[in-house]
Amino acid sequence: MAGHFEPLAGGGAAVALDEVEVSILRSLAVQLLELIGPGDGHGPEDADPLARLFAEGPSEPPADPALARLFPDAYGEPGVPQDVEQRAHAAEFRRYTENDLRDRKRDDALAVVRSLDALTVGGDRGAVLRLSPEECRRWLGALNDLRLTIGTRLEVTEEDDGEAFLRLPDEDPRKPMVMAYLWLGGLQETLVEALMS
Amino acid sequence: METVSVAPVEIERPESSEAPFAVTEPDVPWVTLVHNDPVNLMSYVTYVFQAYFGYSKDKAHKLMLDVHHKGRATVSSGSREEMERDVQAMHGYGLWATLSQDR
Repeated sequence: MAGHFEPLAGGGAAVALDEVEVSILRSLAVQLLELIGPGDGHGPEDADPLARLFAEGPSEPPADPALARLFPDAYGEPGVPQDVEQRAHAAEFRRYTENDLRDRKRDDALAVVRSLDALTVGGDRGAVLRLSPEECRRWLGALNDLRLTIGTRLEVTEEDDGEAFLRLPDEDPRKPMVMAYLWLGGLQETLVEALMS
Repeated sequence: METVSVAPVEIERPESSEAPFAVTEPDVPWVTLVHNDPVNLMSYVTYVFQAYFGYSKDKAHKLMLDVHHKGRATVSSGSREEMERDVQAMHGYGLWATLSQDR
């Protein structure tokens, strides 16, 4: 079951991973954590839960396109300039929701790192990662966030099916990212199947 | 694209200098729209509609196809507060969602 999840009896899912796959997944999850950031001026050292509760998030969409895709505007039509009212509503919504959303996405990515760190990969034999139903949901979220991020970086369009991507020459600088993107897609697809089975 | 409204909300507004802009109608329901994007897997979108809204597999699948083929689908309707909650949840799942008043 290399490269794909299989359902576990009693819920959850399992996937076989070798050392290289574990290291790539961990590195991608850490990069996602770095991209999401510690939150608006709230490092772990000053995470006062009460202050956190009343802290307002940003009102402007992130400048980074990948972050803007992870934290989209809640009002307005994609690709159409917002009117004044929509912009005001989107800003207000963002102030009250984006910090929570960042927390959730950070927790999902952290769950991936933790479950990989708990795995003992024995030499070239690899290991089988077993996830509880709750861990599956966190992995699903993190795999999706990773694909959204990489897909935005690669400027994936509706026409980009796996075929066109696979035909990229090896010397194309996008090739490693494309391979990671397709691999993550396979992991996510089989994890969804495992959860729905 | 026009959404198909299920309620007769087409109100003839008299031409009036007092109402130069569309006024927010408290009785008109709000809707959550999910927009198509090239990254999200069709199976994942279906899964989200089932897991979050509790929709049947058939209904979730049909809504996913609407998103994919028509560019967007109305996935829920209700008060503005309820729709903000749904949109926030969709963003949590990584789906591209917005809310608007169903006019």
